[in-house]
Amino acid sequence: MAGTQIPPLPAGAEQPDVDLLLRMSADLRRALAKPLNERRWVMVIDLRKCIGCHACTVSCIAENKLPPGVVYRPVLEEEVGSYPHLSKIFTPRPCMQCDNPPCVPVCPVEATYKRPDGIVEVDYDACIGCRYCIAACPYNARSFDFGEFYTSDTPGGVQAYEKAPTFEYGKKRVREHEDSPIGNARKCHFCVHKLEEGMLPSCTSTCIGRATFFGDANDVESLVHELLGKPNVRTLKPEAGTLPRVYYLI
Amino acid sequence: MKATKYILGALWAIAFVLGLVGIYQRLTNGHMLAGYGSYVVWGLWVAAYAYFVGLSAGSFLFAALVNVLNVQELKPLTRAALWTSFVSIAVAMMGVVLDLGHMGRAFSLFFRPNLSSMMAWMGILYAVFGLLLVALAWFIYKRNDGMVKALFMVGIPLAVAFPGGGGALFATLSAKPYWHTPLTPVFFVVGAFVSGFALLAALAAVVWPKRTEMIRLMGRLVIALVAIELVLEWAEYSIPLWYGVSPEKDLLMQVLTGQYWWVFWIVHILLGSLVPIALIWWKPKSAVTVGTAGFLTAATFLAVRLNIVIPGQVTPELHGLEKAFTDHRLTFAYTPTTHEWLVMAFMVSVAFGLLWLGFRLLPLIDSKEVQPNERAA
Repeated sequence: MAGTQIPPLPAGAEQPDVDLLLRMSADLRRALAKPLNERRWVMVIDLRKCIGCHACTVSCIAENKLPPGVVYRPVLEEEVGSYPHLSKIFTPRPCMQCDNPPCVPVCPVEATYKRPDGIVEVDYDACIGCRYCIAACPYNARSFDFGEFYTSDTPGGVQAYEKAPTFEYGKKRVREHEDSPIGNARKCHFCVHKLEEGMLPSCTSTCIGRATFFGDANDVESLVHELLGKPNVRTLKPEAGTLPRVYYLI
Repeated sequence: MKATKYILGALWAIAFVLGLVGIYQRLTNGHMLAGYGSYVVWGLWVAAYAYFVGLSAGSFLFAALVNVLNVQELKPLTRAALWTSFVSIAVAMMGVVLDLGHMGRAFSLFFRPNLSSMMAWMGILYAVFGLLLVALAWFIYKRNDGMVKALFMVGIPLAVAFPGGGGALFATLSAKPYWHTPLTPVFFVVGAFVSGFALLAALAAVVWPKRTEMIRLMGRLVIALVAIELVLEWAEYSIPLWYGVSPEKDLLMQVLTGQYWWVFWIVHILLGSLVPIALIWWKPKSAVTVGTAGFLTAATFLAVRLNIVIPGQVTPELHGLEKAFTDHRLTFAYTPTTHEWLVMAFMVSVAFGLLWLGFRLLPLIDSKEVQPNERAA
């Protein structure tokens, strides 16, 4: 056959009667029934389906009440070619939750570590705010909370919605005074506080192109397990030796 | 001479008051007035920390080497060098603590250290070094020469380890190609020698302007060390740039020809290296030329530290990241803000203030060692 063979679409997409979100939710429930150390959370992002709408970035900011300077999941944009033959590549970049994370061994006080399910967590109450982990990340996936607010310069002062509590890592926190997470390194955690309540990460459930998939790679029935078997799976910067848990379909 | 003293005193007072403003801002606003962000996470204060650590190690190594090698001409500088070392390490620690997001948690480094972290090791080494300096002061006071010599011997590897380890703190990060080279820790050790010895040349010129042999020797040491530093820098830049094809090319050219080209060429190469060499060459026995040269090299060495800390962070790890999100903290450009300079003024004025107090109150200079005709007017 002439031309390039296009890799097959994900199985779920081939079955219009299966809603991908429902399938991933069922995958999630099965994973939660297992002990923590038997779950292997991974994210798969289909770059062919990403339209660069930034809905994931925004939903993440809303979910985690992220202040200025802190972003967990920006979408990188790159233009390829020249007129009339050009296209754009959109690359959402969450934390890679690396299996060999460069950010963990550099922390001077063991305030960041890998959980048994693979999520790299930050202990906000232990983090001293030295920012060594931010410098160590080859994906620039960590940011520093400077204690700023988007609405501090508005006539009414900081708006109430910016002081709404966050529930990251399952703990209620309000950003005020100098309290954590102000002064801490912050990063994407796959919305672990939602996961443990049986909900998908915000970026996954709000992706309008259904380009982000999430689940337990140890479960052979899961959607992500199926996707990771495709020949077009890549990771970012494999040469860095970080063994990311975020995969891209290209 | 009295007028000079008043002018210097007034300058110090201005710097100190401005510094207090900076500290007040830092304590009331946290990091909000600083210019670094989530991509360039370390700025002027971290460069200052590296700078003062270098001065501390260099001053200590000077004291230790002249005693262990028994260099009679330079021995009178021992206690002044040790005090300089103590003041520098104290100010370096102040810089690094002010840079923390949670200053109140600084001591958790000792309660829950992660021994795989270079930063944890640095904290431990600085603490051990501080204790060593206190012990040295005690045995010098007690005139226990045996213990003093033993502590100097122990201190030499320690004083090589902590600037070297400080370099390794940067060098071990594989995410930052500009830092991730085996040469970085070597640079930090050589830099400690250069800046520390140069500062002591300046101090020697102020305290013993008429001891020509001491001045001449200090001048020679400064020239030799600056020359070694320049050779290392030649290696650092010429090797990746030689054929014009390398991943580091753009970054290095940024340092040499970018927005801050003058920091490298004017501040470091001209004022910090060539002018001092020329001054010492011109009048090798003059306290004025050697002292000025030493001061210039020591003071401008901050530019070398800035040129390591900042360029290492100004390239996006992923292509397109610089445009992915518009935010003043999510940018790869960095210029220190007035606030950061004010805090820097505090660090420098505290350093000078403590140095001055030391010379006034502590027996740093044995009166027997200074002939009546040697004292600076």
